[in-house]
Amino acid sequence: MDILVVGLNHRTSPVELREKLAFSAVEAQKLYEKLLDYKRVREAVLLSTCNRVEVYSWANEEGEDHVLSLLEESKGVPSQAVLPSLYIYRGKEAVRHIFRVASSLDSMVLGEPQIVGQVKDAFEEALTCDATGVILNQLMKKALSVSKRVRTETAIGESAVSVSYAAVELSKKIFGDLANRKAMLVGAGEMAELAARHLVHQGVSRLTVVNRTLTRAQELAQELQGQAVPMEHLEEKLVEADIVITSTGAPHTLITSEAVQRAMKERKRRPIFFIDIAVPRDVDPEVERLENVYLYDIDDLGQVVEENRRRREKESVKAEAIVIEEVDRFLQWLKSQEVVPVIVSLRNRCEEIRRKELEKAISRMHLNGKETKALEALTTAIVKKILHTPLSYVKEAASRGEGEKVAKLVKELFALEEKDDHTDRHQGQ
Amino acid sequence: MDIIIFRLAAVFYLASAALYVYYLYRTKEAISQKAYILLFIGFILHTVALTVRGLIAQHFPATNLFESLSLFSWMIAGGYLLLEWRYKIPILGSFVAPLNSLGVLIATLNPQAISPLPPALKSTWLYIHAATSFLGEGAFALAFVVSFVYLIQERYIRKKKLGGLFQKLPSLSQLDDLNYRLLTLGFPFLTLGIITGAIWAQYAWGSYWSWDPKETWSLITWLIYAAILHGRMTVGWQGRRAAILSVIGFGAVLFTFLGVNLLLPGLHSYSAM
Repeated sequence: MDILVVGLNHRTSPVELREKLAFSAVEAQKLYEKLLDYKRVREAVLLSTCNRVEVYSWANEEGEDHVLSLLEESKGVPSQAVLPSLYIYRGKEAVRHIFRVASSLDSMVLGEPQIVGQVKDAFEEALTCDATGVILNQLMKKALSVSKRVRTETAIGESAVSVSYAAVELSKKIFGDLANRKAMLVGAGEMAELAARHLVHQGVSRLTVVNRTLTRAQELAQELQGQAVPMEHLEEKLVEADIVITSTGAPHTLITSEAVQRAMKERKRRPIFFIDIAVPRDVDPEVERLENVYLYDIDDLGQVVEENRRRREKESVKAEAIVIEEVDRFLQWLKSQEVVPVIVSLRNRCEEIRRKELEKAISRMHLNGKETKALEALTTAIVKKILHTPLSYVKEAASRGEGEKVAKLVKELFALEEKDDHTDRHQGQ
Repeated sequence: MDIIIFRLAAVFYLASAALYVYYLYRTKEAISQKAYILLFIGFILHTVALTVRGLIAQHFPATNLFESLSLFSWMIAGGYLLLEWRYKIPILGSFVAPLNSLGVLIATLNPQAISPLPPALKSTWLYIHAATSFLGEGAFALAFVVSFVYLIQERYIRKKKLGGLFQKLPSLSQLDDLNYRLLTLGFPFLTLGIITGAIWAQYAWGSYWSWDPKETWSLITWLIYAAILHGRMTVGWQGRRAAILSVIGFGAVLFTFLGVNLLLPGLHSYSAM
């Protein structure tokens, strides 16, 4: 038995293939039913997002063929189409892969936060389908805690890597809490609209939408609970607005330095932040020279995003080190699990013998309750004391990586028969 | 006795400053918390040292340069402990704690013997004058640090290079707001310090105001801070301008505090205040 990953992601496969293989919750449930045959695959978790479809499992050597044939079967995709995009990891590599996925090191946008929730959901879904056991429970819990560690110990998710988020982040560094700030959207380019949405989402108290065609402005204003204003009032609105996003198709400068200068006087020099996403630019670059006026154009924001991306990549080195450390720790635990069944059956065997012999002895004697109790205690203590040393030895061997060998030896020594494994699948950790 | 406790306090201050500076590099809450605790222990020890010294000397411990710098650092430490407790911006500690340590270190470079107070100056007014002045200056020192951080952060935003400390420093708005609060806190104390100083001067020297360099420079300092607050309320001197003026104001505080004593002779020359 080994930890096995079979999957494909955005790097190995085109979206056409991923969407064919995507699983809904209901489909996942059906997959689990067929997947868990307790011989080839004993535990499984299915992670299906728009960027990846992966099956994590606790399986034997035939596990991957089983997983693969089921993927084909339930989705009706021929294996020739899937195979070139597929990756298969076992053991250490599999654990590392799962930890990297959960820590967003394998994501399209490095450090993006959604994947943690997706991994969590996948795990919960598997739990409700009763598809996991001791091993994958521990693995998935560990994956989530590794991802948390990566997030707190590195800056991998810290800075914005999209233009609209970068704009929001800058607004926050200028204005702090955005709750009492007013934003103004001039023109309605897609990126500008997205930035405005983010700002509203961050709690900007009022949004004013200015557009050449008032109807478009009204539509958008209504949707974002803002106020639509015709273009003629742009300059007077500068007095109120704290964050101004511009993205008109105007061929010339829309907001002149003089206009901003006047507005600044009127607004008692309260800071104002221009986010100019338009090309050609809507805001006179000269406004930047004014006190408490900040201006970022599309190139500035692009540069910020680029730098942030590089910073995330740098941070990912630290994150990878954390992952490797945690993989080792998990494998250590996994090794200790190799001997758990043999320990349990050895204990059971001795307990069985003790009970039988005790019963035999008691039936031949006439003992009162106190004496029976004393015998009970005596025999229990003997068994415990005798077992103590060999069991410590077995555990120690497991941590040295000789668990399998020693387990086999113990089985032979005590003639312990192999129990049907899936009955103790849910035994405690 | 008091000197030993003072040195012990200095050790804690230095350790706190080192940890706070490390916090700039490695922004983990556990680090700033430890730094805060060290600063707090240093402050308590420092308080004990000042009290002991005051009891031995039988007067307010602000009569020579060592005592004044020590008291000044004590104000900064105490002020910051309150500020952090109230606003939770540990990154400011990375700038305040070194300033506090610097004050303590410069203090130790000066003669530390208790100087007897000329009988003419023994008065309750000494307590009130020194206490209010130091409270004001402590607030201005913190306002200076906050403004300094403001100017760093604004530079990041203006230069459009958002690396380095940009992520870790607070927002401009928060820093500007804090600067304003500290100035409005410090200003009444400075005013009171000057007034009580004048009253004390009347008792000690027989004249309210004699234009000695210390008095003149106190007045200049007062005028600078008065101008900042007035400008803010009337024409909106906020943000960058307020920060720059706050830095200049603190320059004037330091000159009144140290420069006058070292460069310009006058009535205050036996003391640092």
